[in-house]
Amino acid sequence: MSAIVEIEGLTKTYDDGYQALKPLTLSIEEGEILALLGPNGAGKTTLISLLCGLVSPSGGTARVGGHDIIHDYRAARRLIGLVPQEIALEPFQKVWASVRFTRGLFGLPRDDAKLETILRRLSLWEKRASETKALSGGMKRRVLIAKALAHEPRVLFLDEPTAGVDVELRRDMWEIVADLKAQGVTIILTTHYIEEAEAIADRIGVINRGELLLVEQKDALMRRMGRKSLTIELRQPVDALPEALAAYDLSLSQDRSRVTYFYDTQGESTGITRLLQALSDAGLHLADLETRQSSLEEIFVGLVEAEEEGAA
Amino acid sequence: MNWHGILAIYRYEMARFFRTIIQGFISPVLSTSLYFVVFGTAIGSRIDQVEGVSYAAFIVPGLIMLSVMTQGISNASFGIYFPKFIGTIYELLSAPLNFIEIVIGYVGAAATKALFVGLVILGTASLFVDLQIAHPLAMVAFLLLTCLSFALFGFIIGIWAGNFEQLQLIPLLVITPLVFLGGAFYSISMLPEIWQKISYFNPVVYLISGFRWAFFDTADMPVGLSLLAIGGFTLLCLVIIGVIFRTGYRIKP
Repeated sequence: MSAIVEIEGLTKTYDDGYQALKPLTLSIEEGEILALLGPNGAGKTTLISLLCGLVSPSGGTARVGGHDIIHDYRAARRLIGLVPQEIALEPFQKVWASVRFTRGLFGLPRDDAKLETILRRLSLWEKRASETKALSGGMKRRVLIAKALAHEPRVLFLDEPTAGVDVELRRDMWEIVADLKAQGVTIILTTHYIEEAEAIADRIGVINRGELLLVEQKDALMRRMGRKSLTIELRQPVDALPEALAAYDLSLSQDRSRVTYFYDTQGESTGITRLLQALSDAGLHLADLETRQSSLEEIFVGLVEAEEEGAA
Repeated sequence: MNWHGILAIYRYEMARFFRTIIQGFISPVLSTSLYFVVFGTAIGSRIDQVEGVSYAAFIVPGLIMLSVMTQGISNASFGIYFPKFIGTIYELLSAPLNFIEIVIGYVGAAATKALFVGLVILGTASLFVDLQIAHPLAMVAFLLLTCLSFALFGFIIGIWAGNFEQLQLIPLLVITPLVFLGGAFYSISMLPEIWQKISYFNPVVYLISGFRWAFFDTADMPVGLSLLAIGGFTLLCLVIIGVIFRTGYRIKP
């Protein structure tokens, strides 16, 4: 794979002195899904806006498909599709006209067959003659995606694509993203929903206070920073844990019927075998076992808190 | 040049116009007819002639100018303000378009609509009065330049406006008084001398005078000065738009 988006020291400081994005360097590989995670005001949308031409950078450079976003903006922008965070559609325009309009804006000749394929893929074909104001919120989001795809971009920016949509539609959206990835489209999405990044991203970037804290393969990040827990359900509740188990990192539930053990999968030994043996030796009988990987959300919260403590 | 992009904007704006074509057609026909009933027949019958032309015919160029200016401004200002208001401006900014292409699309469509209204008024007026056009080519040139320059001016207002009130403010407070005091319904020579002198500072006087000259071969101002005024105004608008896009004023932080 080669880099399709190359960002070097890109930064944005507004006229009032507010630095929305600290110098950021990042390389995005062709065909990958990169999820940018961060709280409100972290700089995610600023980064996307800079790359798409909605905001002028204060410094640094960025290239899309090898084209500089300032000096060779036409070639760079032809490769980019943008789905904005807010639903912004001309209410009286019909779906078909709206998608055709965007294709024209990007300098491409009319191609009804291509647009039909896009609308069908997004389940919008039946709605092509509807005015956008008559569509449901979910359908409007689909129209925004159809518009972003109308000029066949190689890089698609999705700014909070599932903000405020129901669970079913969110899963639909994930399928659409997976489908686009299968066609070789590079996808950069910002999200609040860590579950979303966990479900569809190849790589995760974490942004906070205008700074990119890390970018890492999702699986590696989960492995590196994820702790696992083993919950043991006891056949009989106990008043307290036996002294013999004091050496283990254990916690007893409030109803005193479950014991949770935290361990590190990257460590030399998990200690599970010895713990189970110790439990048996202490005369505790096991009813059930459950292991759980800490979620990306917990990793994310930990990272942001650590960064904020560092900043304080 | 991104011709497909320019055409997309132009067609989009014209589609908006055709959605309200009945209003776009009936409104100027009705208002022109009313002007003729009130000024042409009721009041005009008591006015003999102005500069050798019947009063009903005399007001035709001014009526056309009044509508063309207000239509040019309102269409272009609304055209660019609306995407800002509903948020679809992101599409324009993220598309491979430069500012000249965006301006050609929006201003071209607004000027076309203004031209349409101007021609409808001309057609309606010819039903009421016998119109002779002394300099047809000059008439067309003045008409086109006015459509274009006021559409450019409207585009600037649309970029500047932060709300709908501001969008209406300049047309209402500046343009309408300037047109009414610009000799749309009278000759400047009919005014007391002091008001004649003050009128020289009203740029609209030069436009209406030049346009009237194209119809009747008589004018308050030298024709060359009229052309210079409209040309200068067009140039000024282009320079301001150039600065707007270079600095990203009110559209691109």
